[in-house]
Amino acid sequence: MKLVTAVIKPHKWEEVREALETFGVTGMTVSEVSGYGRQKGHTEVYRGAEYDVALVPKIRIEIVVDDADADDIVGIIVKSAQTGRIGDGKVWVVPVEAAVRVRTGDRDEAAL
Amino acid sequence: MDTGHAAWVLTSASLVLLMTPGLAFFYGGMTRSKSVLNMMMMSFGAMGIVTVVYILWGWSMSYGTDAFGDGKAGLFANPFELFGLTGIDAGAYVGVAFQLTFAIITAALISGAIADRVKFSTWMVFVPIWVTLSYFPLAHMVWGGGFLSGADGALATWFFDDVVPVDYAGGTVVHINAGMAALVLVLVIGARRGFGKDVMRPHNLPFTMLGAGLLWFGWYGFNVGSFVPAATPGVAGESGAFYENSVQFATNFVGETGLVWVNTTAATAAAMLGWLLVEKIRDGKGTSLGAASGVVAGLVAITPACGSLSPVGSLALGAVAGAVAALAVGLKYRLGYDDSLDVVGVHLVAGLVGTVGIGFLATSGGLFYGGGVGQLVVQVVIALFAMLWSGVLTLVVALALKYTMGWRIADEDEVEGIDFVEHGETAYDFASRSGAPRGPASPLATSVKTEGANA
Repeated sequence: MKLVTAVIKPHKWEEVREALETFGVTGMTVSEVSGYGRQKGHTEVYRGAEYDVALVPKIRIEIVVDDADADDIVGIIVKSAQTGRIGDGKVWVVPVEAAVRVRTGDRDEAAL
Repeated sequence: MDTGHAAWVLTSASLVLLMTPGLAFFYGGMTRSKSVLNMMMMSFGAMGIVTVVYILWGWSMSYGTDAFGDGKAGLFANPFELFGLTGIDAGAYVGVAFQLTFAIITAALISGAIADRVKFSTWMVFVPIWVTLSYFPLAHMVWGGGFLSGADGALATWFFDDVVPVDYAGGTVVHINAGMAALVLVLVIGARRGFGKDVMRPHNLPFTMLGAGLLWFGWYGFNVGSFVPAATPGVAGESGAFYENSVQFATNFVGETGLVWVNTTAATAAAMLGWLLVEKIRDGKGTSLGAASGVVAGLVAITPACGSLSPVGSLALGAVAGAVAALAVGLKYRLGYDDSLDVVGVHLVAGLVGTVGIGFLATSGGLFYGGGVGQLVVQVVIALFAMLWSGVLTLVVALALKYTMGWRIADEDEVEGIDFVEHGETAYDFASRSGAPRGPASPLATSVKTEGANA
């Protein structure tokens, strides 16, 4: 099993979700996060005073998937989240040792 | 007092009262999320404490018999003559209602300059002392027939025989007074931790827009309610013997209040556009905070002038006030004083623009209307006197409190956020799943005990 984590632009979230559902992903964990990378922040002006706002809002998606599906899912996220401009985000994959479905106690692949 | 006029003054008093909660929103939106409750409480606190002192001695000190000399052109009236409104003429309650709300908002205006860092207890002691020493005397001097009015022996008569100072609704008494007090307090109290370094951007601009809207609405009471029958200049709440019949009064009332409404709106609209234009040219974008600030700057500037300008003159005054205040709010960074929410830049500056602008733009007596320099000189003189009075007395009170109660909360408390430290609350529930009810005071806790296995 793999954990696929994606940090994407908030306005691409609906497109990514639709693409993942079409592929057959049935669940995911989504959170609103903030951070910065090459995009850095931006400048805001209040009554003429400029502020550097360092953190940019993003959406983080986490999905635990079968090993075999991981590459496809990464491809789908990248394709649907891409705008080609700086700040599109990142996707990464890490191995998962164990998973349990809380309701049934099913383990590993059966728990996904 | 004419019953229709009385009904309008009471309506106006209610409108002006609403301005202070409006101000709480205007200021509250501009603070950081950790100090919005304290900011709003400084306004609500003023509503509480100023009402008490106004009823006890504020009215008497503003509109009672003059405390000095021959009863004319003094600095303040006898605070004990009508103490607790005892012995007041029943017809004057309407005036008390209206003037009380002005005293409240003037004190509350100051709070924006010292946001995020001041002990609530010190503020609640400062406010009643300050209104007693600075506000009530200035109200008496300008509107109570005192030293800055047109009375015999008043300051203006030292210069000219026939020029009466003009402050229709409070350019000197309210805005120059509050703006000057704000400047002095900021210098005594000092800057917020991290001023100029940390990001201190407004946490809720919709609050600020809401507050600006409430202020604009309430300001119609402030300005239009300030109509005084022509026969008794400087005395609120008395119907003039000047009028031979009620038709004469009605004509005067309708004509003047309508003009004041239109002038107030004209200047406010123009000031908003003026502020936005400065931003567009300087920063590239017109901002919502700029629009809200421009609205207030225009309202401030037209306050003293709304009864003596033409509608076109009001447009001009407003545009100048909006643009000048938009530039003035940047001064604090260059001069290094932390007037947190720009009380000086908006109220003192626009208050001066309005008070002095009368000297140029008054349709009767203004320099641009062929009236010569007399009115201009008098307006400058009363503005300077109001600054001096407010500045000196605020300094005395501020220093006295600094060395007794102290103004500042602890540094680490300021960083953590004044809302929790001073009020035990936080404005926003960012994580509702954390924490649990505690002790028998919580209705939830007691109800849980009666349910379940042991019930």
